[in-house]
Order: sequence, then C-alpha cells, then structure tokens
Amino acid sequence: MGVGVYLNVAVAGVLTGLVYGLMALGLSVIFGVVRVVNFAHGEMMSIAMYIAVVLFSSFHLDPLVMLVPIAAVMFVFGYALQAGLINPFITRPEHSQFLLVVALAIIIVNALLIIFGPDARTVQTSYAYDSFEIGPVIVDASKAYAAAAAIVVTAALFAFFRFTLIGKAIRACADNYTGALVVGLNVNRLYALTFALGAACVGAAGTMMTLITDVTPALGPGYTLLAFVIVITGGLGSMPGALIGGVLIGLTEALAGLLFTPSAKSMFAFGILVLVLLFRPQGILGRRLV
Amino acid sequence: MAAMIARLTDGLSRRAFVLLAGLLAVLLAAPWIANDYLLTVLIVILYLAYTGQAWNIMMGFAGQLSLGHAIYAGLGAYIPAVLFTRLGIGPWIGLLAAIPVAAACGAIIGFLAFRFGVAGVYFAILTIAFAEFARIGFDHLTIVNASAGLFLPVAQLAHNDLWRLRGSLTMFYYVILAATVFALILSRLLLRSRMGYFWLAIREDEQAARAAGVDTFRYKMYAVMISAAVTSFAGVFYAFFYNNLFPEQVFNISRSIEMILGPIIGGVGTLFGPILGAFVLTGLAESVTSALAAFGVDLPGAKQIFYGICLLLVVVALPEGIWPWLARRLGIAERGR
Amino acid sequence: MNSTYMLPNRRHLLAGAVATAATVAAPAILRAQSGPLKVGVLLPRSGYEAGIGQDCQRGVDIAPGILKSLGLPDLTIMNGDTESNVDTAREHAEKLISDGAQLLVGAFDSGQSTAIAQVAEQKGIPLVINIAGAPDITEQGYKFVYRNFPTAPMLTRDGFVQQKAVFDIVGKAPKTVVFMRVNDTFGTAMSKAFAAMMPKFDMPYTIADEISYDPAARDLSVEVTKAKATNADAILVVGRLNDAMLITRELAKQRWTPQAILSVGPGWYEDQYIKTLGKLSDGPMSFVPWYDPNKKLSKALESALAAKYPGINLNTNHVYTFEALLVAADAYKRAGSTDPKALADAVRTTNITDNASIGPGISFNAKGQNDKIIGGGIQNRGGKLITIAPKEAANGQPDWPMKSYQDRA
Repeated sequence: MGVGVYLNVAVAGVLTGLVYGLMALGLSVIFGVVRVVNFAHGEMMSIAMYIAVVLFSSFHLDPLVMLVPIAAVMFVFGYALQAGLINPFITRPEHSQFLLVVALAIIIVNALLIIFGPDARTVQTSYAYDSFEIGPVIVDASKAYAAAAAIVVTAALFAFFRFTLIGKAIRACADNYTGALVVGLNVNRLYALTFALGAACVGAAGTMMTLITDVTPALGPGYTLLAFVIVITGGLGSMPGALIGGVLIGLTEALAGLLFTPSAKSMFAFGILVLVLLFRPQGILGRRLV
Repeated sequence: MAAMIARLTDGLSRRAFVLLAGLLAVLLAAPWIANDYLLTVLIVILYLAYTGQAWNIMMGFAGQLSLGHAIYAGLGAYIPAVLFTRLGIGPWIGLLAAIPVAAACGAIIGFLAFRFGVAGVYFAILTIAFAEFARIGFDHLTIVNASAGLFLPVAQLAHNDLWRLRGSLTMFYYVILAATVFALILSRLLLRSRMGYFWLAIREDEQAARAAGVDTFRYKMYAVMISAAVTSFAGVFYAFFYNNLFPEQVFNISRSIEMILGPIIGGVGTLFGPILGAFVLTGLAESVTSALAAFGVDLPGAKQIFYGICLLLVVVALPEGIWPWLARRLGIAERGR
Repeated sequence: MNSTYMLPNRRHLLAGAVATAATVAAPAILRAQSGPLKVGVLLPRSGYEAGIGQDCQRGVDIAPGILKSLGLPDLTIMNGDTESNVDTAREHAEKLISDGAQLLVGAFDSGQSTAIAQVAEQKGIPLVINIAGAPDITEQGYKFVYRNFPTAPMLTRDGFVQQKAVFDIVGKAPKTVVFMRVNDTFGTAMSKAFAAMMPKFDMPYTIADEISYDPAARDLSVEVTKAKATNADAILVVGRLNDAMLITRELAKQRWTPQAILSVGPGWYEDQYIKTLGKLSDGPMSFVPWYDPNKKLSKALESALAAKYPGINLNTNHVYTFEALLVAADAYKRAGSTDPKALADAVRTTNITDNASIGPGISFNAKGQNDKIIGGGIQNRGGKLITIAPKEAANGQPDWPMKSYQDRA
C-alpha cells in the first residue's frame, strides 16, 4: 500500500476525529463542570439529528444553516432537563445518577422508535457526494465542512469560558463548589446554564453528524461510549482537549483499521482509554485534580 | 444444622424471618402453582436477582461501581461451554475452571484500578472498557466461533440430567433458586464477617478507613474477586439454559446495565435489595407487556417507555431504593440501615 | 406518520383486567378445538433489529387475504415481540403458548430462534422458522422445529452457483475480488462457509483481501480505502443495510466504481437503500433467497403488498414470513385438527409446489430443513429489483459492468 493510502486514511481519520470531538465537547462541559455522568449523551444527540433530518426533509433547510437554531433548541431542552429533573441528583451517588440517565435514555430511544420508526433517516444535501482532490488525497466534502464547524464551535466555546464573566463563573463552580457558593454565585442557575450549553454543543454536533451518517433510534449508546472515551482521553473540562482526544481516537482507529482487522479497531480506542486512566487520568489537557 | 440456621438468622426480627420463610415456601412451590410462562419469567427474575446480588458485593459493600460486570458472566459462560462442546466436560467441572479465571480477571481490573488510584466514575468507565475489550476480542476468537456464535448441543431428555445441566424447566428453576439463596446467605455471612465491617468502613470513607489502619487495597481486591467469582456461575447457567452464545450479546454493555438495575432499584448495599429489585423490574416489564396486549395496544416500543418512566419515578421518589422503604413499611427494617 | 392505536375505554379496561387475570391464573385450556388456527408470530419488532422485524411483519399483514383466496383455513395471528433479545424471545414464546398458540412462527434472528426452538420442542408445539441462517438449529434432532429458509452453507452454495450463472450470461467475470464482510453472526458464518466451499466451485476470481468491519460502524471510509487499494475488479460483500449505504457513499466519494458489487446477503436491495441513494443505488447484484417472479403466488403477493404498502418492493422478509404462514395454514388443512402432534406430523409431510420462493416448492427433510430452496440473483435497476438468475426464474438480463458513480447525475 502506497503512501497515498496512508495519507488518505490519516486525513479521513483526523476529520472524523474532529467531528467526534465536537460530539464529545458537550459531554466535557456537562461532565467536567456539573459532574453528572450523562449516559444519555448519545440519545440527546439523536434527538438533535432527528430534528435536523425533519427540518431538511420538510423545508429543505441545510444542516450547516440550521446549526445555530438547532443548538438553541437543544439549549432550552438542556436547561429544562437540568433544572427540572437532574439538579437534585448532582449530590447523589453515581449509581443514582446513572439510573436516572439510563431511564431517560430508554424513554428517548423508544419514543424516537415510535415517532420515527426503525428505518434509518438521512439528510441528502446537494454536496453529499462531493470530494476535493488535493494531490493523492481525496477529501470528503461533507466531513470537511463538519470538521470546520467543529473547530469553529470549539473556539467559540473556549472563548466563552475564557473571556466572558459567566464563563468564568461557571469555571469557578467547577473548580470549587463551596467557594463559589461563598462568593455568592447562583450555582443552581449556573449549573442549569452549563448543562444547557453542553446540550447546545450536542445539538450542533448532531446537526453536523447528519452530514456524515444516518440516524436510527438505536444510534445513541455507541456514541455515548465514544464520547466518554474521548473526554477522558482529552481531559475533562478542556475544550481543546475534547477535540484533541477526538482526533487521537479518530486517527488511531483509522490507522488500526488499515493495518489490522478493521472490525477490531475499537479495541485500540479502549486500549488508549485504559492507558490514559492508568497513567494520566486527567487526560492530555486536563488539569490534575487533587 | 440448627446452630447454623440460628447463626444466620441472628438479628432478624421474628416478623422478618416469617416473611422470608413464607417467600421461600412460595418460590419452592412455584412449579406446581405457576404455568411455564410464569416459571420462565421467574427464572429470569432469579437470574437477575443472583447477578444483582453478586454485583452488590462489590458495589454495595465495597463501594466500587462496576458497569462492566458482564465480562465475568461472559467468561463464566464461554469457558464451560467450550469445555463442554470440545471436550465433553460437564458444566460443574467447567465452573471450577471458570471461577479462577473470572476471579483473576477481577483481580487484574482491581489491581490496575486501585494501584493507579482510579476511582468513582473513572473506575466505572474502566470496567466498561474491559467488557468492551472482551466483547470485541471474543468476536474474533475462533475457538469460540467468534461472532458466528457458539451453539451447545441440546439433547431432549425425558429425565433431568443435573450433572450436565440438561433437562426440564423445573430443574433449571430449582438450580437458579438454589443459587440465589446461596448468594443471599453468602452476602449475609460476608457482611457480618470482619471483612464485611472493613468493607463498610471503606465504603463510607476510604481515607478514614486507611487512617484507621485498614488495608483498603487488599479488601477492595477481595470484594472485586469474590464478586467476579460469584457472577461467573450466572454465566454457566446462561450458557446451558439458552444453549447459544454470541459475544455481541453476552458481553454487551446492555447486559451489564441489566444486571445492575435490579440492585439500584431495590437498594444498593442492602441484603434483600437486589432480589426485590429483580422481582419489581421483570415483573413490571412483563405486566406492562400483558396489559398493553390486553388493551389491544400494538405499538413496539410502548412497553419500554412505560418501563423507563417507572424507573424514573422510582429513582426520583425513592433515592435509596425500594427495599429500605418497604422494610420500614413492613416493620422489619434492619438494624442500623 | 404514526398509526393511531386504540385508546382504552371502560369496556377495554374490564376486558383487559379479566384477560390479564385469566392469563396469570388459568393453565392453557382447550388446545384442540376447531375454528381458526392460533399462530404465534415472534419477531424483533423493537430493539436494534426493529427495522427488519417490522418489515417481516408486512408479510404477516398481507397473508390473510391471500390464504383465503387459496381456499386455506383462517389463522388467528398472535403477535409477539422478541425485543431483539434472547431472554424476551424465550419468555414470550412461553407466553404465547400459554395463551393458546397452537403453532409458532419466527424469529429472524438465529440466537432468538434457537431459544424459541427449545421452548417449542419441549412443549411439543410446532415451530416454523421464517428466517434464520445458523445451520445448528436444524442439527439438534428436534421433532417439532421446521425451517423454510436456507442455512448459511446453502446460501453460500447458491451465491457461488448464481454468480457463475450471471458470469455465463454476460460472458465476463472479475479476475480479482475484495471480500468485505460484516463481523457479526451472519457475516462470520458466511465467511467460514465461503472458505470451506469456494474451492469446490472453481470460481473465476481470487480473493485479493478480506476486510471485516464492525456491524455498528458509523464510518467505513478506512475499509473502503483499503478495498480500493487492492485494485480488485469487483467487491464481494456480506453485510447489512447500514453498511451497504455507508460503503456505497464512500465509493462515490472516493471515486471508485468496481465492475460489480456481488452481495450475498441483505442490505443492497432493501427499500431504504434504494430510496436513500437514488441513482447511486443502481447496479449491485444480490445473491439471496428470493421469490420467483414468474410464479402465480409471487404475483399475488406483489399486488397485495402494493395495495397495502405502496412503494415497497416485495423482498425476502415478506416472502419467507408469508410462506411460513402458508405452511401453517396448509398443515392445518391437512391435519384437520389443532392438536399439536397432528399439526407437527402434517408440517413434516408438507409438499407445496405452488409457492412463491425459487425452487421446486416447500417440503422438509428428516431434520426439518427445506433443503430444496434455490437462491436467486437480483440486480437493482431504476428503483426496482430485476431477477437475473437462475434462468428459469429470471425476468431480465444483468447489466455489466456497473456505471461509474461519478457519471450518475
């Protein structure tokens, strides 16, 4: 296999990884700040994907355009969910949180099954099969757009947390819950806001994901797991970390698939996860916790 | 014998003892009262009660959240199954081979986690990673037929062959019932032993326990290994009851989740929680199916939504699980819980 | 889009309560009575196999009218959902039997079908398997389990036979193929069957590489890149709907159109594939158990399906699920009673020559397997499925090679 093949695979891996990173971004925010083990993460993304699909098939609205509106819808959904249901669970033991989100996941998956049926739904944009040819490398257009959107959203989120007052307040809550209370921050409202932000990220990711893959009701769990792997690898609470984790996983899986049996490529992702958990649990860009 | 029973039931109020004995009597008599459908449902309930109890040892007693417990059941299923199909070795001997392997697997996971300070949610995710590793690994292992599935030869015998675990529904029912009773007794003995008190200390506050001189590493390892070993029998039962194994299903994360719903709903760390949880969950699932069918609602997915809503209600309203609440109602609340 | 279902009213409530109580309390009563035959149909109608289960259900839905027109007795269908899960499959098989089912049909998935088969055999209730490929199911010496569907070895054999038939018709054949397969029960079983049987068939091609991929794959770009790098003439693939769509898209994006796509298994001919990919869906050939479009019953099925579910092509799921019910009704007619033993004996001596699937008809050998089924070859063309092999069942000529993806509008 020539260099061209390796290049193609590597580029594809990086682009895919960026989109995975966007997907994991929402979890990084939610898990990193609110500390809720959101095992319904993939299901939330499915909801966003279905919204994108329906908007496209009914009104021919391109997902790239719908990115912000769908993110806004998910923002509201996330806020309501956190304030209404999840808030009391933040201080509860992990297995309680876990059960809550598992129950939510079951409800969401089966509601989607009833509403939309089991068949895969897809968004067929006019550029769905376009590709750019750069030397020996053929770059998938849709993936490139989605990856670009991922970078933009991440940068925006990073800027938000770094430079805005609210962003700083949220980071304060994450760093020191008690301290934040003492200083007078309305922690509950900030938590709800953060969850909403995370949900908005998931919304953006889902919208972009429709450019790349089809949505079925049962899509969620696989992505939830992937999101956790990426977030832990990249570092909890770190925005660039989520992207880097995504790229690392995407690239590794792609190259592993090329060199070994593709059906076993997920093992490498889990292998990396185990190594990170053992030797650098804060992840690549995470801050060392006490 | 009487002395043993006395030791076991020491501390149980008279009312609790009567209720427990009553339940056991009903369960023993079930094959005569219930039809085969109900018996099958009971087998599933007891299977989940058994695995829930085994998981509870690690979580409820030692406070380690394992979300990948299916790996122990999977090892317990595949090892005896391979020995049976290739070498004709009976399941009980196969179990003797499976237990050390499962315990060793638990030891590896425990060692890696505890030595490197992986705890809480991170530990849970580590367990998921191992289970997924096993799933994909077995999907490529030719000795177990990889993803094509391992089928055990089924012999329709007129009589029950307990040695080879082949026989009627009733036989399987009593096997799993005996196992569940065993798990319950084991849990109680463990809880009241010296190790049990160390576990409680670790669960409540690990640093304080260490400060008090408890070798937390050693006892956490014991918890994981015992839990793994006990879970492996569930795999043996599963393999010989269903007679077909697919890595995709056996090691799947949904199996791990299924195992832990019972104890969480019933009450983590309680003795009776996992058993109650199993009854409630499976009973609920089947009742909703029957009710929906009886009302003429034919909508795939509707049952799961009801199920999810009920789970939600329980976890919101009864954060400690159903058993503590029920125990208080029945007036048999355990001492200090 | 969703169908309305009945909201419970008071009468339903009472009936429901009584029914629930009766189900729980009473043992199965009065099995051997006259009237319609109670057939329990177990399919994965929810869970990850929901799409296929619900597609099989369409075969059930169009059955009553056709069976009646053939002069066969009525069936009362009792629908069961296996939820794509072995435990639930077993429980619900038991449930249907205790609710009075006199014959079972199901269940598409090999693992679930195995569980149900054990229940059926223990209870002495005949089970007619509509779709399931694992050979082991009919190797257990069961007396009550029957399968009107090819086993994986049969599927493989016919895959090779019909491929060669197509090569003969077009006068060309690929010299090399890249073998892509999904790494699940079906894919692995087929891979083993291929390895065992390919030498015997003296195929004109060699396998340049075998690429197995994850059934839950969200992205097959690496796999397709690898396949493209082999420079093979054609793709030999065993997969499902999800990967068929992913692979096709990648082929278009990576600008590689093989001479042919030879699929042995589902996915490439399904409605979803055709609707989603539009013009990109033309060309792939699928070598699968299929219906003979020239047979009378096939035509009846086509029109019944078009009437009830317009826009949906008749496919394997519908045909074989229907045929399972056909076997049930035919056995009932000959047995004259609903006694399970009489029914089982009647099923054993089934000999239906006026069926829909390709081959001489429906009959079962000593192991309960219909070993006379012949697989067919079909090709996607303009949104429809043309039968191109075997010659006796063909209703069109194969197109070779496939038109380049880049040239399709």
